[in-house]
Amino acid sequence: MLEVKGLTGGYGRIEVLHGVDAHISAGEIVTLIGANGAGKTTLMRIISGVQPLIAGKITFEGADFTALAPHKRVAAGIIQVPEGRQVFRPMSVEDNLRLGAYRRKRTPDADLERVYAMFPILKDKRHLAAGGLSGGQQQMLAIGRAIMGNPKLLLLDEPSMGLAPIIVAQIFDVIRQLKAMGITIFLVEQNASAALAISDRAYVLETGRVALSGPAREIAGNADVRKAYLGI
Amino acid sequence: MLAQFLQFTMSGLTVGAVYAVVGLGFTIIYNASGVLNFAQGEFVMIGGMVTVFAVAAGVPLPLAILLAIAVAAIVGIGLHRLAIEPARDASPVVLIIITIGGALVLRGIAQLVFDKQLHKLPGFSGDTPVNFLGASILPQALWVLGGTAIMVALVSLFFAKTMIGKAVLATAANRLAAQLVGVNTSVILAISFALSAAIGAIAGILVTPITFTHYEVGTMLALKGFAALVLGGLGNPMGAILGGLLLGLCEQLSAGYISSTYKDAFAFIVMIGVLLVRPSGLLGSKLAERV
Repeated sequence: MLEVKGLTGGYGRIEVLHGVDAHISAGEIVTLIGANGAGKTTLMRIISGVQPLIAGKITFEGADFTALAPHKRVAAGIIQVPEGRQVFRPMSVEDNLRLGAYRRKRTPDADLERVYAMFPILKDKRHLAAGGLSGGQQQMLAIGRAIMGNPKLLLLDEPSMGLAPIIVAQIFDVIRQLKAMGITIFLVEQNASAALAISDRAYVLETGRVALSGPAREIAGNADVRKAYLGI
Repeated sequence: MLAQFLQFTMSGLTVGAVYAVVGLGFTIIYNASGVLNFAQGEFVMIGGMVTVFAVAAGVPLPLAILLAIAVAAIVGIGLHRLAIEPARDASPVVLIIITIGGALVLRGIAQLVFDKQLHKLPGFSGDTPVNFLGASILPQALWVLGGTAIMVALVSLFFAKTMIGKAVLATAANRLAAQLVGVNTSVILAISFALSAAIGAIAGILVTPITFTHYEVGTMLALKGFAALVLGGLGNPMGAILGGLLLGLCEQLSAGYISSTYKDAFAFIVMIGVLLVRPSGLLGSKLAERV
């Protein structure tokens, strides 16, 4: 579904990614683990098109997406839930969700109901400003907003960051539900053990290079990964 | 006594309506892009001047008005594309200076394309004052107030009800997130510049039969509009309207009762006074937020 080849990118003159190759097949959950500063968020941003790449190629469903504008990638079904939620704070919860469907022709009321069914708390607070929600609720809103865009490939950047354990469990449960709905998921997580447990495959990113890749179970069993990322 | 008060109030509201619209234009661009556009007054000038010259060239008034609005909107988009967008990552102060430069250029072009004379338009419903409780009110003043009210209502509807309006607000709230839901943010910014230019031009057209227009009329209007904005609360559209009307009233009442020599000074003194007491402006938002 998505293939990146030789991706090189960074901020200004500082190169963060040095030739990353990866692919994601339809229906998979693929996890990307790596230390802070390894380039995980940069990779996500380049796939979404909000950050230019220096070299490399991005192919999505057989089409060359390397130079495509971000809004066209959203229309094609690549939707990102960014790190730190990034909800539209002054706007109402419902406006946030409706904006998620900005690139779609019709107003998808059925999808709105589906998101509310998934996160009932958002329905209760639908007229409140998103900035007043708790961190966990904002994360639910950010995921709900992405679902409104009808994603084929959902990029989740650190969805459990800074959340209480009970909320984290809920978020991982939602990720499983999304997979069951047929959405392909590319997940970046600090909480590597929880992420690997729900993933099909994984990549380990170290200082801008893919150090390791393979089935999630194998990665979770790798001695170096266990020591470096799982704290075992 | 009452007649005199009514007279001053009416002219205060008329002038204030123009400040309010300039302030509203500032707010639209500021909210969408974080830029304080000091070329805002030039849109008012363009609206008036283009209409005057088109009418003089024999174009019927309604057509001349549409032409002036279109020219202003195109100039607004051009200002964004040529001056603001290339310096997108510059600091706010640099961007403000760029808009001041843009204003100077527009003023220079207006001086060349048009001339340096004062111009006026005939009132849309004639120039015979109507007597109201002893005060004589120009029918054009009602056009200004009515036109402003309609513009404010339409702009509010645009932001509250249309998806594009919401996309402008979303871009303002969080540009990255707006891009990630598929908003083409550079188009949205162009729309906000065009909208802000168009309403400025409409204000300029409506007020030209009363206050005349001139290639340099934008300078003071930008300052007064900015003062209105600061007075009402930066970023709040209703604050800009309230600030504009109050500023106009202060100016005309002080000119009427005290001295017209210092009317500009009075307006700014009021602004400074309000800011000493309420630094965030009259309707400045203190949105409670959890981090």
